[in-house]
Amino acid sequence: MTNKIKILVAKPGLDGHDRGAKVVVQALKDAGFEVVYSGLHKTVDQIIRVALQEDVDVIGLSIMSGAHLPITEKVIKQAREEGIGDKMVVVGGVIPEKDVQKLKDLGAKGVFPGGVPFNEIVDFLKQNVKHT
Amino acid sequence: MGVAKYTRDNKDRITKVEYQSGIVVKTAYGPDDLARVGFSYEKDLASPGEYPFTRGIHAEGYRSRPWTMRQYSGFGMAAETNERFKFLIANGQTGLNVAFDLPTQMGYDSDDPMAQGEVGRVGMAIDSLRDFEVAFEGIDLARIGVGLTINAVASIMLAMYQAMAERHGFSPDVISATPQNDILKEMIGRGAWIFPVEPAVNLIGDTIEHSIKVMPKTNPVSISGYHIRESGATSAQEIAYSILIANAYIDNVLQRGYHIDDFVGRFSFNLDIFGNLWETVAKYRAGRKLWARNLKEKYGTKKNQNMFMRGMFGGGGGGLTKEQPENNIMRSAYFALAAALSGAQTTGLCSYDEAYTIPTPHAALLSLRTCQLLMEEVGLRDTVDPLAGSYFIETITKEMEHKIEEEMEKIEKAGGIIKAVSTGHAQRTVSRQAYEFEKGIQSGELKKVGVNIHREKEEAQEVELHEYNAESAEKQIASLHSLKRERNNSEVTRTLSELENAARTGKNVMPYLVDCCKAYATVGEMARVFRNVFGEFQEPTIF
Repeated sequence: MTNKIKILVAKPGLDGHDRGAKVVVQALKDAGFEVVYSGLHKTVDQIIRVALQEDVDVIGLSIMSGAHLPITEKVIKQAREEGIGDKMVVVGGVIPEKDVQKLKDLGAKGVFPGGVPFNEIVDFLKQNVKHT
Repeated sequence: MGVAKYTRDNKDRITKVEYQSGIVVKTAYGPDDLARVGFSYEKDLASPGEYPFTRGIHAEGYRSRPWTMRQYSGFGMAAETNERFKFLIANGQTGLNVAFDLPTQMGYDSDDPMAQGEVGRVGMAIDSLRDFEVAFEGIDLARIGVGLTINAVASIMLAMYQAMAERHGFSPDVISATPQNDILKEMIGRGAWIFPVEPAVNLIGDTIEHSIKVMPKTNPVSISGYHIRESGATSAQEIAYSILIANAYIDNVLQRGYHIDDFVGRFSFNLDIFGNLWETVAKYRAGRKLWARNLKEKYGTKKNQNMFMRGMFGGGGGGLTKEQPENNIMRSAYFALAAALSGAQTTGLCSYDEAYTIPTPHAALLSLRTCQLLMEEVGLRDTVDPLAGSYFIETITKEMEHKIEEEMEKIEKAGGIIKAVSTGHAQRTVSRQAYEFEKGIQSGELKKVGVNIHREKEEAQEVELHEYNAESAEKQIASLHSLKRERNNSEVTRTLSELENAARTGKNVMPYLVDCCKAYATVGEMARVFRNVFGEFQEPTIF
């Protein structure tokens, strides 16, 4: 067992643009987190299953398709149903400014639109994740 | 732009310049540099239009004709797309480019649970031949070439294009389709793959073979280094991987008993304009030379015109910023200049607003005008390859050639491109560089105006996304359901089972796909046959 914070970086849906997700995986690893990358084209069911199996502390969603609101809502709902509603959900990708608050209202703790510096993400996670 | 590394002393004097591909640039160049890199006029340059085509594939360059300008377009459902096509043709466009939505690209019907929320979002939703019949109704397919931006299910879409053309009264030998059909680049970047590497490459072989036999005017593959570069590859890797990918498709067809000159002249390339101007020019000049040499020396191509690195050089979306977006107008103009100095036959620019929204017609028009200005006012048509003979350009072209060869050797050492993609070696290399690039931007080591230097107080442009039209998605699904009731379902079952049999026994699937399409089998049904027979690509772990 390690005492590192464990993060799932997941790519929900059919969109295959994964440059950003893969770059963030590397930045988080370099910052000392344990990172699990889901790979492409995952359903919400698959993402929740990996989160359960890997017992992650954080579920990170990378969404470029514009469907960030319905997907995030579904992930948070399903996480609660599966008894992992305490896991932090964060969202990155192509996210318009006007949707940041909406995502937070849905229950996403952190929202990181493209171009946010790595250290901002790292600091946020270090300060806000309660490692279980 | 913003790709080279500059080292400075404390007086802000530049002491070292290093391009992303590893070329180190000197303060000044002279004849000694040409001697150092072993430059030979006959072997490395020759006249324009002559082997090895460093100076371009046409003897007269832009004097005989300026480049073709192509802007990407197309959203919505088949009927709207048909109207749009007719409008573009009425305005003088001679080629159409079709964008498909993600469910179609991934082989799912519009009513599949995987398609939810994505139907018609980023392109046209195609479920069956009926959608294609509507989209191309009334269009002279003998005169208009059609680009199909599709990869994993390109075989299905090409078969559907043929079936549609025949229904509209055009014989397959007069139609000209250009499917993108480059699955290896999807696995390295962009991610719209379905089947495992080997059957996926074999499907491309099937489309090429079918084109040779039935659709000789079709351009069956467009090797897209563009997406590899935009995923993080260096210029040298973009060309190296493109050549190796093309060779993988060539080898598949040669195994079927064809001669290289039966088909390679129909290959085209889709390559990026991104980064440093001089490095980009060197990339294209060296790329043309290496592709020609590859075909001549490795494959024994006899005809000069089959050695041309033809295609579309442009885009550069990754170089644009949502900060100070009007700067993108200038950036695009320099990208276009790079394309012209590189001898591009076709170009298309990303619109200045593309970093944050679907391009407005005004922005798209400005891109077109940028390309026209270069040709009409600036003087790019005056003479062929105006940079030829420059000590600097010829030296770095030669150096770029070596860098590309080094990258090709690295992949060969990793077991070849197919293995390098299967194991994730190529993806890892590209992704690491994307990370290094991002770190360079964040640290300010790589400069980006408006992003990490010369910033302004005003906020970056708000990102706007295309509104999802749930109503037209519902219509599409309803029309799919009525199709499934109306069609002859026993014919669908019969053709699908013959397709499955062909796929299992290693026959060329194309004629069977055409039969399925004519029976109105859906894209999802045909893709499901392939999914059952071939399985799905298992993304290698790269971290």
